[in-house]
Amino acid sequence: MTSLKIIWSILIKDLRVEWRNRETLASMCVFGLLIVFLFNFSFETAREETLRLLPAVLWVAIAFAGVLGFNRSFASERENSCIEGMTLAPVDPSMIFVGKMLANLLFLGIAEVVMAFAATLWFNFSFLPSLGELVLIAFFGTLGYAALGTIFGAIAANTRMREVMLTVLQFPIAFWILMLSIDATSNAMRGDPGGNWAGGAARVAGISVVFTVASFLLFEYVLEE
Amino acid sequence: MPPQGQAAKPVLEVRNVTKFFGDLAALKEVSLTIARGESVFLYGPNGAGKTTLLRMLASLARPSSGEVLFDGKNLERDGVAAKSAIGFVSHAIFLYGELTVRENLRFFGRLFRLDGLERRIDAALDMFEMRSREDALVRDLSRGLQQRTSLARAFLHDPDFVVLDEPFTGLDTQSVARLEDLLRRLPEQGKALLFSTHDFEQGAAIANRLIALKAGRVRYNGPLASAPFEELGIQRSNGQKVHD
Repeated sequence: MTSLKIIWSILIKDLRVEWRNRETLASMCVFGLLIVFLFNFSFETAREETLRLLPAVLWVAIAFAGVLGFNRSFASERENSCIEGMTLAPVDPSMIFVGKMLANLLFLGIAEVVMAFAATLWFNFSFLPSLGELVLIAFFGTLGYAALGTIFGAIAANTRMREVMLTVLQFPIAFWILMLSIDATSNAMRGDPGGNWAGGAARVAGISVVFTVASFLLFEYVLEE
Repeated sequence: MPPQGQAAKPVLEVRNVTKFFGDLAALKEVSLTIARGESVFLYGPNGAGKTTLLRMLASLARPSSGEVLFDGKNLERDGVAAKSAIGFVSHAIFLYGELTVRENLRFFGRLFRLDGLERRIDAALDMFEMRSREDALVRDLSRGLQQRTSLARAFLHDPDFVVLDEPFTGLDTQSVARLEDLLRRLPEQGKALLFSTHDFEQGAAIANRLIALKAGRVRYNGPLASAPFEELGIQRSNGQKVHD
């Protein structure tokens, strides 16, 4: 119960900071929309073309918007050494990880809704027939990606070229989540009568849980100097 | 003076601690103890290792070798419990610019799982005369007011061991006098104080013990009154009278 209160405090703190400066969510949404728009501008929006391209377009947009968010998430912690202020408290570092990850998950989730809505309009495509499946895949894909973004964001925050470092460190590992998420999303969007989407979603969920647990366990070593 | 019966018990014990940053040894085989009720002034030139030592005692840095014990427990292994009893102020203020003074204190108070949090926040705000600025965003405050807020954060959980690195930075004359008075009273309350300042006379007026560091080594560790000032290269500006 106490741990939940700590996590809640960190999450609320991040939401309040975001509400005051409105930097993270706005930049994530604008950047994500720009990517979706540019792809829409470059390709035909025939149904078959859309089914082939849209999953990758959306996950690429999510990936890059996420990097912006993860960088911003630790920028406020780096300022005035606030992350050290948190580690001065008798708090298990994994609680800090969960609080920060939930905030990142929430911001990325909101950005995804905005991007999906824009894709519906610009690609003239409805997600409604497979909405449940897509929400499930998006949740697990985003969970794993946010977990990696949180731990690598914390690592990159202590380096000199932090914006570049986050991308360089995170993408080789996040690649697996993104690849599986694109595959599962594609199957779900096609209606997939064979039920392949469920197997794909299970693979996304599996790898995301593995990355989330690993990040949870390793976070305390990241916070050390 | 320490309260009766508590003088001999070290709250903190540093055993042969060495700290490397790459090839540079910031601390070299440092050993010292601090008991409850002691007020210790850490003094040394730039680069002597003061900040590294203070950060280590606040559990923000790990020794490369040696160990730090807090109440007999290894700070590295059992640090979570010890953190409840340590209050630390550093060059960095550890405050969120986008949160108000009260919101910052509330956030850190929750991390410390404090009972009666709002009452404690009121007391901390009063202690450092920040009540009138409690709803101001920290980013909008002057450096001095941010430092007072940082001090309020460090004292919020009523720590038994207070570690202060240059606590007077940015404070006006009135605030300096108030903080000096507060620090002088800590030993009477059975608390241990370790602090650094570049103003030797200011430190000497507060502490009853001096630890002089130079090039990462302890050059002197003992009563202020009997410190070999010339040998340590310390020039006194107001004669030899020191706080006893």
